Amino acid sequence: MAIERPKKPAGKRIDEPTGTETVGHEWDGIEELDTPMPRWWLWTFYATIVFSIGYVIAYPAWPMIREGTHGVLGWTSRGELAREVARAEEEKGPLRDAISPLPIETLPSRPELMRAAVAGGRAAFKVNCVQCHGAGAAGSSGYPNLNDDEWLWGGDLRAIEVTLLNGIRQPADDATRTSLMPAFGRDGILTPARIDQVADHVLSLSGKAQGDVAGAQLFLDNCAVCHGMNGAGNREFGAPNLADAIWLFGGTKEEVVQQISTPRHGVMPAWSHRLDPVTIKMLAAYVHSLGGGEDFVEVAADPAVQVDERP
Amino acid sequence: MNDLSKARQPRAVDRIDTRPPAPASATSRAAGAPGGGPQLFEKRKAVHPQKIDGRFRRFKWLMMLITLGIYYATPWIRWDRGPYAPDQAVLIDLAHRRFYMFGIEIWPHEFYFVAGLLVMAGIGLFLVTSAVGRAWCGYSCPQTVWTDLFQHVDRFVDGDRNAQMRLAKAPWGPKKIAKRSLKWTIYLVIAFWTGGAWIMYFADAPTLVRDFWSGEAAASAYITVAILTATTFTLGGFMREQVCIYMCPWPRIQSAMMDEKSLTVTYKDWRGEPRASLKKSQAKPDLFGACIDCNQCVSVCPTGIDIREGPQVGCITCGLCIDACDRVMDEVGRPRGLIDYATLEDCDREKTGAAARPPWKALLRPRTAVYFLAWGGIGSGLLFALGTRSHLDISVAQDRNPPFMLMSDGSVRNAYTIKLRNMESRPRAMRIALEGLPSATMWTDEIGREDAARALTRTIPADRAQPLRVYVIAPPETREQDFAFSVTSLDEQAEADSSQARFNAPED
Repeated sequence: MAIERPKKPAGKRIDEPTGTETVGHEWDGIEELDTPMPRWWLWTFYATIVFSIGYVIAYPAWPMIREGTHGVLGWTSRGELAREVARAEEEKGPLRDAISPLPIETLPSRPELMRAAVAGGRAAFKVNCVQCHGAGAAGSSGYPNLNDDEWLWGGDLRAIEVTLLNGIRQPADDATRTSLMPAFGRDGILTPARIDQVADHVLSLSGKAQGDVAGAQLFLDNCAVCHGMNGAGNREFGAPNLADAIWLFGGTKEEVVQQISTPRHGVMPAWSHRLDPVTIKMLAAYVHSLGGGEDFVEVAADPAVQVDERP
Repeated sequence: MNDLSKARQPRAVDRIDTRPPAPASATSRAAGAPGGGPQLFEKRKAVHPQKIDGRFRRFKWLMMLITLGIYYATPWIRWDRGPYAPDQAVLIDLAHRRFYMFGIEIWPHEFYFVAGLLVMAGIGLFLVTSAVGRAWCGYSCPQTVWTDLFQHVDRFVDGDRNAQMRLAKAPWGPKKIAKRSLKWTIYLVIAFWTGGAWIMYFADAPTLVRDFWSGEAAASAYITVAILTATTFTLGGFMREQVCIYMCPWPRIQSAMMDEKSLTVTYKDWRGEPRASLKKSQAKPDLFGACIDCNQCVSVCPTGIDIREGPQVGCITCGLCIDACDRVMDEVGRPRGLIDYATLEDCDREKTGAAARPPWKALLRPRTAVYFLAWGGIGSGLLFALGTRSHLDISVAQDRNPPFMLMSDGSVRNAYTIKLRNMESRPRAMRIALEGLPSATMWTDEIGREDAARALTRTIPADRAQPLRVYVIAPPETREQDFAFSVTSLDEQAEADSSQARFNAPED
């Protein structure tokens, strides 16, 4: 492996103490010894060349005009990602199989499944729900906050699951939850002056305004059917509680007046068409876990009749 | 034989070198290169060190016994830590993120202990190098110890230096093939044993051995063993001194840390030169020095250098040439110590005829004392921190989206994720309480809002950190303010910790 050098350039000399030749350059009296490299170093260099040839053949390496070479192994980073995602899905399989047959209200009695469901729901929420309810599920005007203890249609696990499955006011879904507040102003049911009186009464329920007897009477005649005598709401119709601190469409006088004259109605898609039942269970578990979830209370033998007792 | 004595390495030129160049080496490169010109690449010249006995050889045996003993035996030492922790004395439990060393257990958040140990190792290197030079290289570096071990294998299979050289030159035949196969098999067994011992530090050793041989161990275990087997086989069996000379940064760093007061292996040329054969120097004792040019120092050298050329990067200061030279000096009836551990300063003193100082005096000087104080200071600081550290810890992360929550009754709720850490190897009950934030209460997913209170208890399993999500609720009109979570262990230790937190509330 002795690579002979043709001839000795000028300026080269043998360094006395070491007996090694210098490279022939000099910088302010500093010279460099031309110590030969060890031969195994050269071999290692050749080995890397051999390796690189193998690598170029096996893996995508060489840029061409439209795309790079593919390599005989057919490896791609996208394929690698797809394999990893598939593997992760496969690992989740047993967990999903365990959650699948369970009625959702029994989930809390299996803490390890509940934890897994909440974690899975958190991921699914980020993909499907944040667009309306926000990243922290805090909602915004017209889109309910899912962290608090106010639920329009019920806040136990099963009620949340039903809402997810069938949606709210979802057209073409027979099982969807629906209700319609009359447009008292637009449809001429109440005059603006009376709407003003009712709005004052509604705000007085939570101590935000001074109501009068006329407003109270108007409320009893027009609103109590759905919202209750004391404005506590009714979950059967998704009628909000008007006596608490939470306002879906805003709690100022103008906003309340607007909602009475020309009500807006929230619509939520029915997710049973888009998501599998296990993911919906996971989403329900996650929403329930946000801090306002209510216990499931079975009050009748007929499981179709569920009443949420807790406020 | 003769070309072994030729310089093939540049001398450590940054060293303070007071000696004249050794005469034999001056033009060896120019003269020695075959074909006239110098070469770009140089073939490794095989080193076949000769067997030797003496005080440094015995010290090397001892060090090999100690270092290899520690390396192979440590994972098998048991240490009872109770039912909740592993019983292996030294264990790096990567899966559970724990480092056990006898009575000490290090968690990932205490990694500064390991950083402190690394700083100590660094200063320890300064200390050792400034006092006794490259003692690490000579006696305890794994590359040195394993190379030494492999060289004994060479002697065991092939015989001593001359037999080894004869066999190397001999053409391939049945005998050579048999000897080489045997030698390389022994290399491989040692290398495998080396890699196998390494993984024992990362899992319960008896279990891992069983899993390893039944094919049930993790893939990383087999890969690690394979890599370490390959590197030990190559570096110990074939690369040897090439690692020290070309790959390792220590020789360069250490040569920068040595000074004229550091002990190093030195050929006392003013005593030895001019060298001549025994016959010649006995005939004309006035003309020649003590060195009889027997080349014993070169023959025994494990890195194949000639110490008579002065301090050089290839010298690992193992002292075997001292053993060889002392024995020759005894035989020819001249005083020992022609090659000896000495400082450059002492050499200068001896040259002028002054008496040599005992070597231990080189150890006691301000520089080594300062290094020792820094080293000891960091060590005692670490020990103090270790002895007084708390075995319980709380940290709080607040939910930021949403920052607060208005409840239907107008009260304000904030959510926090509290992390409680129990570093004892037994379960511990802890009391978590609100400090400040009057009339606020808290609850968790398990407790429920109806049982909300100012304090709650929770049992954290042995040796674990557990998150706990708590909701803190304050009455309507509560302003934004600071408060704290405190934690107290409900045992005789009553350790306590607290963490500041912020309570967010609506602005108006």
